[in-house]
Amino acid sequence: MAARHKAPEEVASAELGGLADAGNCHDAVVVPAGDTAWLLDALQRMILIRAAEEQIGDMVTQGRVRCPCHLAIGQEAAAVGVAVHVRPGDRLFGAHRSHAHFLALGGSVHRLLAEVQGKHTGASRGMGGSMHLLDLEHGLYGTVPIVGATIPIAVGAGLAAKLDGRGGLAVSFFGDGATEEGVFHEAMNLAATLKTPVLFACENNFFSSHLHITLRQPRDSVCRYAEAHCVPWQRVDGNDVAAVAHATERAFAAIRAGGGPQFLEMVTYRWRGHVGPSEDEDVGVKRKDDLAVWKGRDPIRRLADALMDGGRLSEAELEHLWAAARDQVRAAWDQASQDPYPPAEALLQTVYAPTT
Amino acid sequence: MTAYGIAIRQGFEYLMTRYPNVFAIGQGLWSPWYVGNSMTDLDTQFGRDRVIDTPVSELGCTGAALGAALCGYRPVVIHPRIDFMLLAVDQIVTQAAKWRPMFGGQVSVPLTVRGIVNRGGEQGAQHSQALHSWFAHVPGLRVAMPATARDARDLLVASVLCDDPVVYIDDRWLYGVDEELGPVTELDLRKEGPRLVREGRDLTLVGAGYSAHLCRQAAERLASDGISCAVIDLRVINPLDLEPVVSSVARTGRLLAVDGDWSSCGLAGEVIAGVSEALEPGRLKARPARITLPPAPAPTSGPLERLYYATLDDVVQRAHGMLGTQQETG
Repeated sequence: MAARHKAPEEVASAELGGLADAGNCHDAVVVPAGDTAWLLDALQRMILIRAAEEQIGDMVTQGRVRCPCHLAIGQEAAAVGVAVHVRPGDRLFGAHRSHAHFLALGGSVHRLLAEVQGKHTGASRGMGGSMHLLDLEHGLYGTVPIVGATIPIAVGAGLAAKLDGRGGLAVSFFGDGATEEGVFHEAMNLAATLKTPVLFACENNFFSSHLHITLRQPRDSVCRYAEAHCVPWQRVDGNDVAAVAHATERAFAAIRAGGGPQFLEMVTYRWRGHVGPSEDEDVGVKRKDDLAVWKGRDPIRRLADALMDGGRLSEAELEHLWAAARDQVRAAWDQASQDPYPPAEALLQTVYAPTT
Repeated sequence: MTAYGIAIRQGFEYLMTRYPNVFAIGQGLWSPWYVGNSMTDLDTQFGRDRVIDTPVSELGCTGAALGAALCGYRPVVIHPRIDFMLLAVDQIVTQAAKWRPMFGGQVSVPLTVRGIVNRGGEQGAQHSQALHSWFAHVPGLRVAMPATARDARDLLVASVLCDDPVVYIDDRWLYGVDEELGPVTELDLRKEGPRLVREGRDLTLVGAGYSAHLCRQAAERLASDGISCAVIDLRVINPLDLEPVVSSVARTGRLLAVDGDWSSCGLAGEVIAGVSEALEPGRLKARPARITLPPAPAPTSGPLERLYYATLDDVVQRAHGMLGTQQETG
């Protein structure tokens, strides 16, 4: 069934419309002709994220990962679609559910799996765990679980990029729950007033912890906030990586041209619970009936179908991608499991800048 | 002679002239009255891209300053009253202080958060708080409290050049305190701490910021009464190095801690606890004492306000009480 929602220009900023219907957008995504290489790369990256997240979930179940892990299974297209257009020097910030952002930007699976185990070889040297990830080399400047906290920080990174004057920008990844924090509105207003180069990238997955957005807000789309703050906005099917990438490309072009901030709402769905591997079927009022239907909007299958329909990917090649991703994840897990924990000195030595 | 408020402005001028990655952001920076005379015309001198007056968004602006600090800048975010700075506590305490340790020491947060204590004048409960002890409680933050014009300038410079997040707290009651200032000395804040500013035999007076100023004045008055007081200006209260205080009290045997904040879980109590832990039993000649605010919010009514804040007379009188001496009258 084709998507019933209207083009973003025609849709009111307050209503998701057809994008909110679980039964919509199950078909293969529409991919541009010719661009096979980046689409295959995007597919591979989404599969790697899914495989890594499933591994982390299994390890939480087995008690081998103890820190709180918030899985982004089902939301891979949002992270990957934005990452496609990130350039060296851009700075991105995430939140509690940021494994996907880390991997989408090119972060090492080993460093992620080491970090969730509290190992010294991890992304944050074993001092952060799942919720506090850093990968400066790939532009990930920090993810933290205080809801909304990195939104003004990303605006500041954008301010730095503006002062630098080299065309860089910042991206703030956050969820629909963060739009209920006051600091989100402070940050949007500040960015719009100072015209800072920042993309507000909101993954609207309908849930904040256990509570559906219809129980938290009077409308289901958060684009109305962008409109209120005079920030140009786009809304896309967040489970369509080609649509996310296309919208990101437009937003980045406007930002890099000096037009100030942009807002992107990516409508997606969280398959697992707020935290941990369970599907959380009993939590919240709408979830139990909806989850199975929502899984029909799987961003990975929809891209794979599109590539196979166009003869750009075979069933065997797809199976190989999955097998290779799982092998990579298993090898990274085994390696990370052997790695050392941080030394006791790390506890005090990292609190302040070293005295040299 | 250069007054404390002007000295702060000189610190900004020094920093912004020499360090292109320093900028200032906060409410009222283009206005002549939010921050006294401490930043006058910096916006016209250095441009409004580097001296940014902001929307009424303490939390958002502090977060933005932190974000710029992660990206090669050394911002100073200014809160003209600490009461309003409390709206920014998440970014100061839970973000700025945590980012280095939480990411395994891989990032620096060279952010200065300037909070101004601005009280008196019947401003009342929500325009008068000090609250430095809150920030001194938090590992990862450094907290500087200048008591002199020289420190107002040089500790500001040191705070901004430090690779850690610093809460720099200045006090409007000190803006007229002046002294002859030489050229700026670039101090390493990590090596700055409490300073013995006056040697004495009978009693050790300890304070930070305006309270250190009171201690100095009290020591002068007490000297004319024949009492010899050591005075320690704490200067940096987090991390707090109490060694100079312990050494002094080991000599005088008496400790009076003065703090323009509440007593409970506060700086004065921390000083007394630290000294008590470090000294052998029996070294004290009198019970340690503290002068703090009464456990009530600041009143607005004039007569109550005069009762509320400790004065020079209060410090002098308490010192006499501890020594069993009489204050000279007349």
